[in-house]
Amino acid sequence: MTSSSPADARGRTPRRRGDSRRGDAVFFNLSRGAGVLLLVVMAAIAGFLTYRSALALGKNEGNFLTTFEWTPDAVKPVFGIAVLTFGTLVSALIAMLIAVPVAVGIALFISHYAPRRIAQPFAYLVDLLAAVPSIVYGLWGVLFLVPHMNGLTSWMDQYLGWTYIFDQSSSGVPARNLFTVGILLAIMVLPIITAVTREVFRQVPRMHEEAALALGATRWEMVRTAVLPFGRPGIISASMLGLGRALGETIAVATVLSTNSKLSLHLLDPGGGTFAENIALKFNEAQPLGRDALMASGLVLFVITLLVNGAARVIIARRKEYSGAAA
Amino acid sequence: MSTTVTVTDATPPQLSHRLTAARLPRWAPAGIAGGSIVLGCAVGAVADLKSHLQWGLISALLFLVASYAVSASVEGRRQAKDRFATSLVWVAFICAVVPLVSLTFYTVQQGIGAITPEFLSHSMKGVVATLSPDGGIYHAIIGTVEQVLLATLIAAPIGLLTAVYLVEYGRGRLAKAVTFFVDVMTGIPSVVAGLFILSLWNILLGFEYSGFSGSLALAILMMPVVVRSTEEMLKLVPNELREASYALGVPRWKTILRIVLPTAIGGITTGVMLAVARITGETAPVMMLVFGADFINSDPFNGPQQSLPLYIWQQYSQVNNEFGYSRAWGAALVLIAFVMGLNLIARGIARWRSPKGGR
Repeated sequence: MTSSSPADARGRTPRRRGDSRRGDAVFFNLSRGAGVLLLVVMAAIAGFLTYRSALALGKNEGNFLTTFEWTPDAVKPVFGIAVLTFGTLVSALIAMLIAVPVAVGIALFISHYAPRRIAQPFAYLVDLLAAVPSIVYGLWGVLFLVPHMNGLTSWMDQYLGWTYIFDQSSSGVPARNLFTVGILLAIMVLPIITAVTREVFRQVPRMHEEAALALGATRWEMVRTAVLPFGRPGIISASMLGLGRALGETIAVATVLSTNSKLSLHLLDPGGGTFAENIALKFNEAQPLGRDALMASGLVLFVITLLVNGAARVIIARRKEYSGAAA
Repeated sequence: MSTTVTVTDATPPQLSHRLTAARLPRWAPAGIAGGSIVLGCAVGAVADLKSHLQWGLISALLFLVASYAVSASVEGRRQAKDRFATSLVWVAFICAVVPLVSLTFYTVQQGIGAITPEFLSHSMKGVVATLSPDGGIYHAIIGTVEQVLLATLIAAPIGLLTAVYLVEYGRGRLAKAVTFFVDVMTGIPSVVAGLFILSLWNILLGFEYSGFSGSLALAILMMPVVVRSTEEMLKLVPNELREASYALGVPRWKTILRIVLPTAIGGITTGVMLAVARITGETAPVMMLVFGADFINSDPFNGPQQSLPLYIWQQYSQVNNEFGYSRAWGAALVLIAFVMGLNLIARGIARWRSPKGGR
């Protein structure tokens, strides 16, 4: 307000100045408000889920962490997340074991190996893979992938059965198991891991690569000594982003997995469950207490993905500062 | 032994010393790949392996081993390792192509038969889904379009403003917190978003199932994606443009509205469209909040609606349902065509209107 008087002296209308001030203030507050709203939403998600979970946990007659059953609407409500935790972690782990090496390979292919003419279209193609809705993945998984997995699973049962985890209790059942789910999740998280890794590989300083080649390194030696060390934080954070996706995937898992409440280390046996799948499938029949129980499991999932994603972002952010200093 | 022997021994290696070591011919990798595919299929056929996945895996293994072995015998260990890595990278490439191609082909092959004018223009009202092949997805298309549109109307402005805040104003602790939580928010599982809206909107505030409550959950999933992509685009707008505008006495908010946003509008549109494509395929929140219906309900604020992903799920999960699969594939084809079309258009816009990065 005080600075508006010199403007008067120069013959400008004070009203306009006031307008722009007000405009600036309104716009600033509007945009800051949007940012704050996002924070509020995050806080509200955590708050509401915690509140509803507390209601449910108070009435739980079993141990929430170690119980296998999920019968919150029974006369004696009992529910626990042991099976769900196991299924979620195992399927995500299988997905990571398959997806990370393949994604790094694809990223290398696009950034360093592919002929120019196919690299760009192929990068688009991989991005398109990310756009396929998960329900379509699920449908394809259960009607195409599962029948094709049957041969592989019975072979693994026959020759790798001694490992215990690949032993099938009854052979010949459709492969709607955690292993197939893991493979499907691997296909689904491949694009996101590839996209991030590819960007990091592209930022590798040209000079490092050319120096390695000039010293007589083969292409692989160049990749190993220049590209991979530079890209390692990127690979780690990309994998964690993918892991977050795999942990929270709902409908594809619900379609493919034939669920039950048994915790079995036989990965090729149908059965088990995951957090997200359990919520989606149990939701419609759930009574009020059942819904609150599902919210408790949702809260656990929320916290897990929050930690995984947060860790990934912290790693990426550190990388950014580093490469920014180098540029 | 005697000196004569050493002389005769010393000469031949000198003769064989060429400037370059022995190399495999240029067609060798392709040849090895072709050979191992043939061999892999032969092994698969002879051993009577039913799953073609196994044929492929055997071929890939043969290819890896053969390219290492052949190269090691001709070119030496270092080159062999290099060839092995190259083969591995190519195999990874094939691994990505196979599911994509298979998924696309299978969906088209299964779905194309179901898509008729009637399928696209009718709902499931009065159709006994398990007994007749009639019925269609008209109600689902209407529901999806309305829900996604509403979600976009909520999420796009908020996301845009947040991105403007982060890029144009954002300093200090609040901006840092927003950046971090936007990043974390992109990873929220869709079921969790659904549960949250359920506990807030439906349980606490007492609203019924409706398209709009689905839109709210979809908006939560969409906002962080819009923020991220818009942020990237705004950062690409050259600072000189802003400074020139300020120098002419244009206030900040007008600079943002008239200079910065129009410059980045191509990229922002792309980002929003990609986000729309992502939420269009979300099933879980819709399943919890929209509930699904067999009839046409074009009012997203009242009563249950249908949506394409939910329709696919319901058709698939009906028991004893020979017509359901065909309908599910038809709807899946429509959904996938819509999402991929949106993706391609979005990327086209990005290419066409991308601001030339001026640092």
